[in-house]
Amino acid sequence: MATFKLKINKKTYSLEADPSMPLLWALRDLLGLTGTKYGCGIAQCGACTVHLNGEAVRSCSLPLSAVGDGEVVTIEGLSKNGDHPVQKAWEEVDVMQCGYCQAGQIMSAAALLSKNPNPGDEDIYNAMNGNICRCGTYLRIREAIKKAAAMK
Amino acid sequence: MEIIKTHYNRRSFLKVSAAAGGGIMIGFNWLMSCAPSQEKAGLAMPDEWFDINAFLKIGNNGVVTIYSPNPEIGQNVKTSMPMIVAEELDVDWANVLVEQAPLNTVKYTRQLAGGSQSLRQGWKSLRIAGASARRMLMEAAAKQWQVSVAELTTDKGIIKHTSGKSVGYGEVASQAVSVAVPEEIPLKDPKDFKIIGKATKNVDGKKVIKGEPLFGLDVQREGMLIAMIVHAPAFGMRPKSVDDSAARSMPGIKDVFIITTLPDGIEAQWSDVNAFKELVVIVGDNTWNVMQAKKALNIEWETVSAPMSTGSYNKALSELLEKKADTPARKDGNPDEAFKKAAKVIERTYSAPFLSHNTMEPMNFFAHVTADGAELIGPIQTPEFLRKTVSSVIGLPEDKVTINMTRQGGGFGRRLYGHFGLEAAVISKKINAPVKVVYTREDDMTQGTYRPAYKVKYQAAIDKNNNLVGIKIRGAGIHESPVFANRFPAGAVDNYLVENHALESNISTGAWRAPRSNFMAIAEQCFLDEVAEALGKDPIDFRLELLERAATNPVGQNNDYDPARYAGVLKLVKEKSGWGEKKNGVHRGVSAYFCHNSYVAQVLDIVMKNSKPVIQKVWCAVDCGIVVNPEGAKNQLEGGIVDGLGHTLYSEMTFTDGKPDQTNFHNYKLIRNSEAPLEIECFFVENGVDPTGLGEPGLPPAGAALANALYAATGKRLTTQPFYKEEMTISPM
Ligand code: FES
Ligand code: FES
Repeated sequence: MATFKLKINKKTYSLEADPSMPLLWALRDLLGLTGTKYGCGIAQCGACTVHLNGEAVRSCSLPLSAVGDGEVVTIEGLSKNGDHPVQKAWEEVDVMQCGYCQAGQIMSAAALLSKNPNPGDEDIYNAMNGNICRCGTYLRIREAIKKAAAMK
Repeated sequence: MEIIKTHYNRRSFLKVSAAAGGGIMIGFNWLMSCAPSQEKAGLAMPDEWFDINAFLKIGNNGVVTIYSPNPEIGQNVKTSMPMIVAEELDVDWANVLVEQAPLNTVKYTRQLAGGSQSLRQGWKSLRIAGASARRMLMEAAAKQWQVSVAELTTDKGIIKHTSGKSVGYGEVASQAVSVAVPEEIPLKDPKDFKIIGKATKNVDGKKVIKGEPLFGLDVQREGMLIAMIVHAPAFGMRPKSVDDSAARSMPGIKDVFIITTLPDGIEAQWSDVNAFKELVVIVGDNTWNVMQAKKALNIEWETVSAPMSTGSYNKALSELLEKKADTPARKDGNPDEAFKKAAKVIERTYSAPFLSHNTMEPMNFFAHVTADGAELIGPIQTPEFLRKTVSSVIGLPEDKVTINMTRQGGGFGRRLYGHFGLEAAVISKKINAPVKVVYTREDDMTQGTYRPAYKVKYQAAIDKNNNLVGIKIRGAGIHESPVFANRFPAGAVDNYLVENHALESNISTGAWRAPRSNFMAIAEQCFLDEVAEALGKDPIDFRLELLERAATNPVGQNNDYDPARYAGVLKLVKEKSGWGEKKNGVHRGVSAYFCHNSYVAQVLDIVMKNSKPVIQKVWCAVDCGIVVNPEGAKNQLEGGIVDGLGHTLYSEMTFTDGKPDQTNFHNYKLIRNSEAPLEIECFFVENGVDPTGLGEPGLPPAGAALANALYAATGKRLTTQPFYKEEMTISPM
């Protein structure tokens, strides 16, 4: 067990946990931030995507010991009222079906747009191919990313 | 306008209005401390709610809450079902809040998500719920004004009198609760619909994009423990003993034990399908600690039935395809004679592997069982069945078992089989604490309840005049044959034979999005393509000819499709896709299928790039009757197409000595963003027929349209799914 001071969504959380515990489970089980989802636990599905210092990372495969004093942003902290351009575009395009994968999709998309405000199709594929949607909402995801890019 | 007797639903209304007495406040104690927000942005909450009937309550300020009775698994019923209530109630959708109703068999019928039936079966009762509430509000207003109801009209939640005075629903709601439920009720003429037929956004959309706790896995409770199960590593095995000494000493671990979830003497229901009724259970304080300790368990397993491998059941299925069935499932004319006399016979065998459901949210459930009752919360497609099983296993009467349904991270049939809910209840009872059972992806993918492996052999007899005179279909599959005896092209061919075989197995199977159709559409529609080619006919014209025959002079009995509606979607897709135009380097395929009461036809274009197909566009024509929510409907169809293409191309479960070879997404491939079609366009037949569902029907035809397009590109007929294995060996002509 070790003590961690994590910077999440501009707040500092202090917690006791096993250093090998992935950030995902600390968020979900210890901090009550359940917006970040579990899908595979092995960095294959993207459901658990959060931002670490602005980069999209798979929190299921990121041990607490590797988070350090990095700035973590989760879906709950992406915007105050769900009004980040990506969130707005997601709502406008009505992307979701079951909705379970969408927090991860939104976080991957937001990281993409912060680096590349006008992504082309290949850029979108590269950024989004790590996020599975079993419901098959991929076309709407692409459309929403383009819409969000146009909003900025 | 249609006058309808409310009788068949009367019992529930009477129950409710009696219980509601004189406008008592009600409200479900929904979930827990971190419940998602209930408000809709900008909507003021009322001080008081009035319970009008099982489906809705009205606030004193006119805000309406509509309860969505059926489980929401991504098929969008939580938006579309309340839309139907709101339509007949005649309110402004902006003033409507939607809540998931808990399981309540007194108030609701068929609270089940399966077979794309929610809309079809809920259509009438939802309309009656809205229309009778509207009527009760009008009667309350009429009484207050001392006028006749006939002098009143409604619009967007306002009751108006011919004299010009008006009153809002919220102002008369307290009076309406004591109005008798009308015995007969007029329903709107569909041409007057204001909400139905309008693109309406998902009611949980805002909450999902903010990451609010909506799903089963998000449930948290004071004092709640986390439990994980360990099922046998192979089908046909069970735990013999467990050495938990290392695990028990690990951080946060509370308990380890073996359970039997369905003891002898308990009668299993269809929804209790489960290959692993004996489980090792490990309980601890958080998910990660339990996951870690789980790996430290030393479990001895024993074999109880012979393990199967992919090679062995595939061989057995192939052998069944060579065997005559004792009794045919359907026989028209004299198939043997027709084949004997045939100038030409075409034969093709198709096969498909086991598939895992892989809902993105793995199986999980919350349960708190005490001596007085059991409270269950989680994602389940069949809450009523789960309650029954939990009640008999736990030994509590059904009215002491409550089930609340969360939003569900995918269903696809997987959550019809509620063993995970039962496990949560059994574990909670044993440890005497609230508990959430969580499956890892590996637990989930290797648990079974798969889409069965199937094979089917098609034969066509063509006579010397180049006419199709006979078809023989012989199917075999694990636990069931995939073939539907009375579906198209039955009824369109004079000599027709269907034979079914099933192979028993200890690998468990269950309904998987469009059961059997998900395989049969591909086999049938690829085969018809091949027959059309052999006859020198255009594939769409050939299908239309067969449907014309089935409409004007059908062969045999019980043809379970409507040839006119079937032909309708083919004609629509033909027109919209500009069928017949040739584009350089673009190859097209067509397919059409009818299942779950809806008709779907698709045309799909590909271009080949490095020997791989890039799917340019899919045109999708649909007849599902009245389209309740066009946006939701399109989303379902797009998803079905992507899902269908992905599984046909890439996915499979295989087994070595009963042990699944695939365990997680590194070795089980699901379709990715860049592999989905570049464009999908949907078209709906407008015919005013009562609506049917779309959760499943978009999926089956997609794989066939792709295979037919690939044939056009390469000259090779793909028959063995997943196609990517065959596709590696094909190259463009
Ligand atoms: S849960 Fe982290 S990538 Fe799947
Ligand atoms: S919306 Fe269901 S998995 Fe993506």
